[in-house]
Amino acid sequence: MARERNPIQVIYLAERICGICSFSHIVAFVRAVEDAAKIEVPIRAQYIRSLVLELERIHSHILWAGVACYTFGYDSAFNLGMLLREKVMDVLEALTGNRVNYGVGTVGGVRRDLTPKAAAVVREMIAFYRREFETFLDVVTEDPIAKARMRNVGVLSPEDAVTYCALGPTARGSGLRVDLRHTSPYEAYGDLGVKPVVPQDYTGEVYGDVYDRFLVRVMEVIQSLDLLEKIVDGIPEGPITWEPKLPKVLASLKAADGTGWGIIEAPRGDDTHIVKLTKGEDNLTWWKVRAPTYSNAVSWPLMFMNQEIADAPLIINSIDPCISCMERILVSDEKIGRSEIVTKAQMMEKCREKTRRLMGA
Amino acid sequence: MKMTRVLEILPKSLWVFHCNSGSCNGCDIEIVATITPRYDIERFGMKLVGSPRHADALLVTGPVTKYMTDRLRRIYAQVPDPKVVIVVGNCGASGDVFFKSYSLDGPVDNIIPVDVYVHGCPPRPEAIIEGAAKAVLLLEKKREELLKAGASR
Repeated sequence: MARERNPIQVIYLAERICGICSFSHIVAFVRAVEDAAKIEVPIRAQYIRSLVLELERIHSHILWAGVACYTFGYDSAFNLGMLLREKVMDVLEALTGNRVNYGVGTVGGVRRDLTPKAAAVVREMIAFYRREFETFLDVVTEDPIAKARMRNVGVLSPEDAVTYCALGPTARGSGLRVDLRHTSPYEAYGDLGVKPVVPQDYTGEVYGDVYDRFLVRVMEVIQSLDLLEKIVDGIPEGPITWEPKLPKVLASLKAADGTGWGIIEAPRGDDTHIVKLTKGEDNLTWWKVRAPTYSNAVSWPLMFMNQEIADAPLIINSIDPCISCMERILVSDEKIGRSEIVTKAQMMEKCREKTRRLMGA
Repeated sequence: MKMTRVLEILPKSLWVFHCNSGSCNGCDIEIVATITPRYDIERFGMKLVGSPRHADALLVTGPVTKYMTDRLRRIYAQVPDPKVVIVVGNCGASGDVFFKSYSLDGPVDNIIPVDVYVHGCPPRPEAIIEGAAKAVLLLEKKREELLKAGASR
């Protein structure tokens, strides 16, 4: 598909790889194109990209936290999370005009400027979350049932996380200080001083379980709020694109020759795009995308070891997978040579039953 | 086709089965936003159900990949008559950015008959609610036609 389109047209395709981390894919893609074509991005544009990336991280993590609560039958927390998430969706809409696929990124910069009005909206959102997010945090992290469901479930040791190439919050949940915003800063992150969020900084020890991954994600929301504040305060004046005239951008992309890489920290982990441009050709020669779930899903078998089937949905969810159809399992008992298929609905019911059991106990 | 018992349960709220036929999650996330507190479509009685056999309407997102074609047909066949099909998002309506892809059989109307299209990439929750409202009217019409054709209650 992409080979029949020029890089600017492919942006719209890259955006629709995933509906949740759409902007992460755009940024990774345009960074790869810029790398191949040796394009310099203005600082203001880099700040705006970081701004939208952080907003996206907030909405993705709150959504995930809500869905995790839903998985073990905590529906009120799910609805609370979704209600909180609407605020950041409003801000994204005020900033970019769209709720999900923002369409702000382009080769050499961004398409929409941060107006003082939009900056005020972002500031208001930061204040709102500082006030309201604590409630959600209390409801979930202090709740004994939630803790019982997530503690010591789906454990991934730091060594295994390294061996099996876990990325993003999955690796940080196991106590590894890996965060591309910290280890190889891109866009404006070099100025912002991002520290990877790891559970040992908050609870003093690392379990590497679902609870730790939950904690990492909610703490990253709070970290993102600080980053957003720094971005809005420190954004420099200047142009927002390297070249506002699209035909000129296309001409320089046609003249470019080479391979470019774009690696960024998406909400789920490292998102890598590799692009090859050939001189004299309008279209991409090839384009390779590696989304973080590819790496994270490898560590599932380790997390499943010695766990109940009732915990399986929660463990699957804990890496925040980006897959559509992974909803049945084959249970086999090797001793009696029997196997049965458990569907998603039965699995969810088992998962919720365990919560009820814990509540009754 | 036997339409004896299905009609009894129709004068009620709209129950919807959601089928993701290869969507990017964007539309699905807006559907989740539609059923959660801000937009809260459940106050109109609309509800997502876990089985097509319980549903009055089939809500399809995504441009229908080759693997999903047969499944989509089977899901459609399982929804009891009268039924409506709502397509949410540009992908299902036209293929959108994926229209030339080698792995698509879609858009949705190549495979099953579609009654309501909700456009947008992704559509706003308000648009999805409007689509559902249109579907209710269509469903009423279809039900009356079936009754005229001689189906008993």
